Parts: sequence; C-alpha cells; structure tokens
Amino acid sequence: MLDLQTVEILEKKAREIRISTIHEIAHLGKGHIGGAMSIVEILTYLYYHEMNIDPENPKMEGRDRFVCSKGHAGPSVYATLASRGYFPQEWLLTLNKGGTNLPSHCDMTKTPGIDFTTGSLGQGASAAAGIALGQKLKGEKSFTYLIVGDGESQEGQVWEMAEFASTRKLGNLIAFTDFNRMQLDGYTKDVINMDNIDTRWLGFNWHVQRINGHSFEQIDYAVQQAKAACDRPSMIICDTVKSQGYFPGVGVTANHSMAVSQEDEKAAIAALEGGSL
Amino acid sequence: MRDTSDLANMKDAVMAAILDLADEHEEVVMLEADLMTCLGSTGFMKKYPGRFFNCGIAEANMVGVAAGLSSMGFVPFADSFGVFSSRRDYDQFFLSVNYAKQRVHLIGTDPGVVAQVNGGTHMPFEDIALMRQIPDLIIIDPSDAQSCYELIRQLYESGHSSYIRVGRRGITHRYPVGTRIELGKGIVLSEGSDLAIIAEGETMVNEAVKAVEILRDRGIHATLVDMHTIKPLDTELVEKLARETGRILVCENGRYAGGLGEAVAGHLAKVNPTRMDYVNVGERFGEVGNLAYLLKAYNFTAEDIAAKAQALLK
Repeated sequence: MLDLQTVEILEKKAREIRISTIHEIAHLGKGHIGGAMSIVEILTYLYYHEMNIDPENPKMEGRDRFVCSKGHAGPSVYATLASRGYFPQEWLLTLNKGGTNLPSHCDMTKTPGIDFTTGSLGQGASAAAGIALGQKLKGEKSFTYLIVGDGESQEGQVWEMAEFASTRKLGNLIAFTDFNRMQLDGYTKDVINMDNIDTRWLGFNWHVQRINGHSFEQIDYAVQQAKAACDRPSMIICDTVKSQGYFPGVGVTANHSMAVSQEDEKAAIAALEGGSL
Repeated sequence: MRDTSDLANMKDAVMAAILDLADEHEEVVMLEADLMTCLGSTGFMKKYPGRFFNCGIAEANMVGVAAGLSSMGFVPFADSFGVFSSRRDYDQFFLSVNYAKQRVHLIGTDPGVVAQVNGGTHMPFEDIALMRQIPDLIIIDPSDAQSCYELIRQLYESGHSSYIRVGRRGITHRYPVGTRIELGKGIVLSEGSDLAIIAEGETMVNEAVKAVEILRDRGIHATLVDMHTIKPLDTELVEKLARETGRILVCENGRYAGGLGEAVAGHLAKVNPTRMDYVNVGERFGEVGNLAYLLKAYNFTAEDIAAKAQALLK
C-alpha cells in the first residue's frame, strides 16, 4: 500500500507531466490532449513506482514493458519518458514537427523508451500479448503493461487478443482500460455503448477490477492484486476524465484532438500549479 | 544441404525448412490460425510445443502477437491461407510488423487458383499487389520443393520480413539438391532468342515449361525464367531478357494490377521499353473447380501461354 509521502511525490510528478504535456501540445497549437491527459496517473505510477526499467538503458534485458495501444496518447507518454530521463525535455517541443523523434503516435523505431509502435487501434493489444508471451518463453519474471482506450475497445482485435491471452494464461499481462466514456465523435454511449466493459472482460476469463484511474492508491492496490493473480491476464478498468487537468477540454466533445491556444495553456498550467488536482 | 526429392507435398518442403531452422535457432517460433493440419505444422507443435502457438481463427491477433514476439527477439513464422494472410491481417502485417521494423515470416498458402475446391473465397489474386506495397518486404513464390526449402532458409538469413506464397498439396521436383538457388535471382530454365517468358510460382512455371516445348515444336525458341522472388525484382535479369529478346511474356497466378507483370513492365518502361504481354486472372474473381478446369477457365494452360507467346512475336 502506498504511504502518504509516496502518493504526494507521485501526485507532484503527475502534475509536472500534465504541465509538460499541455506545453508540448500548445507549442504545436493542436493535438490529442484529451486521451493523453486521462492516463497521466497510470503512466506516472508505472514509470515512477512500478516498472523495472532503466532510462539509461532503454532496451535493458528482462525489463518490464509498456504498450500504449491508444497510440494517439503519445504526448503524455513522451512527457513521462522525458521526465524520467529517457531523452531531453527539449525534445517535447519537437512533437509532430518534420524529422522529430516524437511523432503523433508512439513509434518504437524513433523514441527511446517506447516498447512498441502503435497508432492503428487494437494492434498494440496483440503486440502486448506477444511481448508477454515472449517474456514467459524467455523465463523472465517481468510484466507487460498495456493501456487500451474504451473507444479503442470497439475494435474486434482487442477481443481476439482477450481470448488468446486468457487461453495462454498470460498472468504477466496487466492491462488498463482508460474508461473516459468519450471517443472522437462524442460519448461512447451514443456511438457504441461500452458500459458493459466489466462483464465483457470477465466473460473472457480475465481478472477484472474497476477503479478510479486518477487515484494512485487505487492504481497501486489494483496493480498489486493483478500481479498476484498470476494464472490469468488482468484488466484494470479505470474510470477517468478525458482531458483531466486541462480544464478547457473537460466536458468538450471535441477534446479528442483540439486546438490548444497559448491563453488556454497559461490558464490550465496556472490552475495545475495552483493545486486544481 | 537437405535433399527434398523424397517429399510428397510442397507443404512438406515448407515445414522441413522451418523445422531445420528451428533445430538450429532456438528463437524460431511458429504461429498458426487453426490451420495446423492444413500446412502440417503439427510436426513443429510435437517437436517444440513450447515454441508453437495456435492462435485460433483470429489472424489479425496472430500477426500482432508475432510482432510482439519479434520485439522480444524471436523469429516467428506465421501461417494461414493466402487470402487471410494478405487481406485479413494486412494492416497488422503492414504496421505492427513492417512499419515497426519487426521480423516476421508470413506464409500465405494456396496462391492464385490452386485453392481449387475451396473456391473463389479462398483464392488470393491480389496478395502479390498488397505485399509489394510494403517497403523492404521480400516476397517469394517458389516453383518446386528444393527451391522452396532453400529460399525459406535464405529468408531467415536475410534479416527481412517476408511473405511466402506457396502451395500445399502436390509437389514439383525441378531442381536437384545442389542447384544454385539464390534469393532475388531468377533461374533461367531454357534459353532462346525469340522471346522471354517470365513465370512465377509452381502452377505457372509448370505450364510455362510445357509451353516452351510446344513453342519449340513450332520453331520458336523462348527463354524461360522461374522468377521465384517477386520482390525485390531481379532487375538485372529482366533488363538482360529485354535486351536479348525484345519480347517478354509474364505469367502469374494472380492479378495484373500490382503484380509481377506490372513490376516488370514498370521497370522496363524506365530503362528499355519492351513489347510485353501477360497471362493472369484479368478482372475475374476466383471460382471453384479442380486445377485442370481452372487452368482452362483462366487461360493458364501451356497452350494458352504458347498462343500468347506466338501472338507477341507478330
């Protein structure tokens, strides 16, 4: 269980990562801010508390791996990696510019610390299952962490992966659903209803938990429970707020990818620095 | 070097190559999509159960899992019928494997019309075109057992991903063990100065061999090339054929658009525009029938090839 001091440290890091993410996207003027902001606590927890990694040696043998299958959340993944020291913070200002190492969607061939390339929704899920399988084949005690979006979970490939991973008893695969209830065209309930997400994963014989995805205590408890359930893969469904921490985007249906003005950037960062989260 | 002359089916040559590689390299793994008994990868499962994964009827996931395994240092061979290996999991093979610079060898069986009684739903005519769009991917369509075995071994050594277009049932023994077979280099089966015939795959090369005999009886001498590697194209040989014969007929068990014929034509248009014609499926979809029926239905017989060759000389 996380002590209060650790929670405070993680919350501070999450705030810094959110500020970097807003700054990164605002510098470009537009980007996938909604789904990037909703997963910041999960990223912070994994990279600052849980995963066995070495930013000095991004390809360290036997490390834990992370796949952000909702590849458009790249900006907050990059902010986390930069914060952790995988590459200089200045790189963040090159997001999506020609020749950058930080493309819109996660790319393992360009960015130190990215374990798998994603961008076509659903594909990262299968790759993560392959990675977890490979870890077991190599006799590693390592884990593979995966984030899928709730909208992304409309892709059939996610469920092909679900049946495969449970059949193969991939207990080292720990997945999170970023359940922010929104997708590009609006609310999931209006496009494809995902409200039965828990029973879907239960039906595929996964270990399923549901938590507040912005609570470090709950993320920690769920991850430790998931690690203990070593006979099957785990899905931690995280109730989140799309655009959490960038208030001009909260509740805006167009927040999947939106313009971020310098005024909004300043206001949002000031709110975060003022302790809005 | 293994002698494949005792094998009874092309699928045996495929599996002999993969199993020999698995014996030599512990990172070789195999994935199936519920077609284990069709390719005969059952032998791999029995010998290396820990390195064999039947992913069920879910080809997209199979290719994604293979990509993940590749990122962990494994070298996966993944198998399905060509229609599924090309059309059904194209985005996964394109992005998770090739765009992500992973290394997976994807087998697509029953090329062109050879699915026979499985019919049009199981006939990949467009797989070559789809796979040719993928940068750095190697595409092979071997015409006999020995070349199939040798080329799969060379694919492993190449370090590239590949698409292996190959039949399963029946076999052709064309090249004795020891024949020089080189990935990316077409094999000249006969030489003649009247025209050149470029054929790909077992079905077309077999018919083209007979067509060359028919033409010879009519006083026409054709060079025949087994173009077992479709990508990268053996442009050096193509240019030589154009230079020496000035007439090229490309025979492929598939569609023209994006296929081998278009690849040859596209190259020659740049360096040496040459009179050409093509044998392919045209604008048709597949249909059910045995091979003899299908060869006639699609104008793939030796007689059809010979007739097109003669017309090209006029």
